[in-house]
Amino acid sequence: MDITTISEMARSSWVVWLILLFAFIIFWALRPKNKKRFEEDAKMIFKDDENGGMGHGGN
Amino acid sequence: MNQAIAVPTYNDEVVRKFVIAASFWGIVGFSVGILIAFQLAYPVLNLDLEWTSFGRLRPVHTSAVVFAFGGNILIGSSLYIVQRTSRVTLFGGPTLANMVFWGYQIFIVMAALGYVLGVTQSKEYAEPEWYADIWLTVIWVMYLVVFAGTLVTRKESHIYVANWFFLAFIITVAMLHIVNNVALPVSWMGAKSYIAWAGVRDAMTQWWYGHNAVGFFLTAGFLGMMYYFIPKQANRPVYSYRLSVIHFWAITFLYVWAGPHHLHYTALPDWAQTLGMTFSIMLWMPSWGGMINGIMTLSGAWDKLRTDPVLRFLVTSVGFYGMSTFEGPLMAIKVVNSLSHYTDWTIGHVHSAALGWNALVSFGALYFLVPKLWNRERLYSLRLANLHFWFATMGIVLYITSMWISGIMQGLMWRTYDALGFLQYSFIETVEAMHPYYVIRATGGVLFLIGALIMVYNLWMTAHGKTRDEEPIALAPSASSAGN
Amino acid sequence: MQSLLERNAILLSIAILITVSIGGLVQIVPLYTIENTIEKVDGMRPYTPLEQAGRNIYIREGCYLCHSQMIRPFRDEAERYGHYSLAAESMYDHPFQWGSKRTGPDLARVGGKYSNEWHTEHLINPRAVVPESVMPGYSFMATTPLDFDNAGEHLKTLRAVGVPYSDEQVAKAIEDLNTQATGDDGDGDVEGLQRRYPKVPLGDFDGNPNQLTEMDALVAYLQMLGTLVDFSSVDAKSIER
Repeated sequence: MDITTISEMARSSWVVWLILLFAFIIFWALRPKNKKRFEEDAKMIFKDDENGGMGHGGN
Repeated sequence: MNQAIAVPTYNDEVVRKFVIAASFWGIVGFSVGILIAFQLAYPVLNLDLEWTSFGRLRPVHTSAVVFAFGGNILIGSSLYIVQRTSRVTLFGGPTLANMVFWGYQIFIVMAALGYVLGVTQSKEYAEPEWYADIWLTVIWVMYLVVFAGTLVTRKESHIYVANWFFLAFIITVAMLHIVNNVALPVSWMGAKSYIAWAGVRDAMTQWWYGHNAVGFFLTAGFLGMMYYFIPKQANRPVYSYRLSVIHFWAITFLYVWAGPHHLHYTALPDWAQTLGMTFSIMLWMPSWGGMINGIMTLSGAWDKLRTDPVLRFLVTSVGFYGMSTFEGPLMAIKVVNSLSHYTDWTIGHVHSAALGWNALVSFGALYFLVPKLWNRERLYSLRLANLHFWFATMGIVLYITSMWISGIMQGLMWRTYDALGFLQYSFIETVEAMHPYYVIRATGGVLFLIGALIMVYNLWMTAHGKTRDEEPIALAPSASSAGN
Repeated sequence: MQSLLERNAILLSIAILITVSIGGLVQIVPLYTIENTIEKVDGMRPYTPLEQAGRNIYIREGCYLCHSQMIRPFRDEAERYGHYSLAAESMYDHPFQWGSKRTGPDLARVGGKYSNEWHTEHLINPRAVVPESVMPGYSFMATTPLDFDNAGEHLKTLRAVGVPYSDEQVAKAIEDLNTQATGDDGDGDVEGLQRRYPKVPLGDFDGNPNQLTEMDALVAYLQMLGTLVDFSSVDAKSIER
């Protein structure tokens, strides 16, 4: 498969890839089941704070 | 977060080196920028020597600020962040990390020396000749190995979103760099090469590279910094982690299409121009999603902006990011571009992003990192950081307003007809009209440099463990009730 | 899938690579496959060795940072600079020099608009000719001998990346270089040069017949810019935009 063939494929189907990608990302990001997890993920950067960080002092 | 976590030993030694290098190259890059800005106002400053003309120094300026200042702070921050979010030390050990550091500095010196001596490919932001390009490719792959290797060996199950942005930055820059620089040297012993692509194809390849150097070097990489440093400095998690996920994929997919907006109304086929314009406009949405995410991280803690100049640098930078990513799509619309292209408006736009977004977020990162890396309790002086903030902001305002005026004015003068149907202005009259704005722009640059010098002093004293005896920055009386 | 990606750095990298590749594949590759990307017009030829040497000096000095070589299809640009630029006109340009900023005027069709003396004087001291100019002076070029002993190697390299230089052009590179800079005053094979490179500008470009300088090369390049395509013979439909 040469670069021209790949390019032709990309030209004819990039919109499909775009839509699929976004549909899936949005579905996944906004899925209620994932909400709790994301909140945990967002806080991971505070885990190693010497002074305890988020979990303790707040601001 | 209730489980006790053993903090591994991180490789901060190499991050310290990157921080020092970034500060050094920042000052160099800003200084050369001021020199060439004054050269445009007072051409005698070109000195009529071959090594000091605007044409040779301009790439020194752009490479120094983008790749030397920006690159060092990006690589340094990414290595700092990836260790802490993976909870392991750098993959490959100190040797590999040091090779990346020194190899990258050698690349910078090699490139800059070449420019001054007239060794250039003439591709904007990709000027280094073939030997420096090959060298950078090797260093970049080593950087990818260190970064991705650390991610692969991580002790956390989740890969924090900042690292996604850094990964996209490293991978995409590698792809762009390699494709845009395919060249055949005239001789293996000489510097000169001829690029493989020609004419319209070379133009498209170059601006596919050029725009995505903006998109992935100056945007994705710096967004990675934003997604770590703002939450850390504000001590609260990012406003919406879900939005950051959407932000990431939208930026990654949409940015690569926007390059042709640098080639509106040129000999590039119309279908490509239209694609470029469409995607540039679409980019506005995820860009603002990212801006909202960064700024809203402070929601409920706005008072911190008054008392914490470091946070103010970080958040203001995101504000400028929002402004530039609104202006960008606007300028990518063909009718607007017909006026703005070839003028100083473009230069102003680039600097509102480069100074307002990239430099301010980098300053914030440096103020954040130095006390931590040198194990100091706090910065030498918050008041000096505050002073730096105002110098920088004033400098940016002078720079971008003068360039708006000169750019729009020149664009209009070029197309003005007199009552008899002749072009009203000769080209040189439009050059003459730029003079006062070039002086104002250069003055803005001087203010910006003074601010940066204040920062370097502050960081230097901080690293040496000094603290300045000063009044803390107090809340204004009205603010005490406004906070939460 | 996403949950898999965010836990697997390698998969995430691959997903990123695919996502960022699409734009380039769709925008760049077709420029090689779609037939009418480069218009079919008569008159285009590769640069002479002297012009190519001048072009390399133009690149070395970063002229492209202040001068574009791409005229857009607007009335004011047509009146100021001439017919809008065609893709065909930069088909042999490695690299392209379209530029992105006009601190100075567009140069796509500057060839033949000013005399050699004007160019030389202007390059030595721009403000002697145009008092308000902000261009740097390049007086050193008038005294620096042109270093292009390996002109043949340059042409061969260019041929390897797609410029159709003939064996004869490569073999006679040095000869052609000198013939162009001396013109009818020299003893070079002017006719042969003109046959190999139609419309080649001839003469002692820098006003100093004793030495072949960088100034000769740069002015020779400037004097041919935009002169190759004869627009009176071009079918307007075929280049319509």
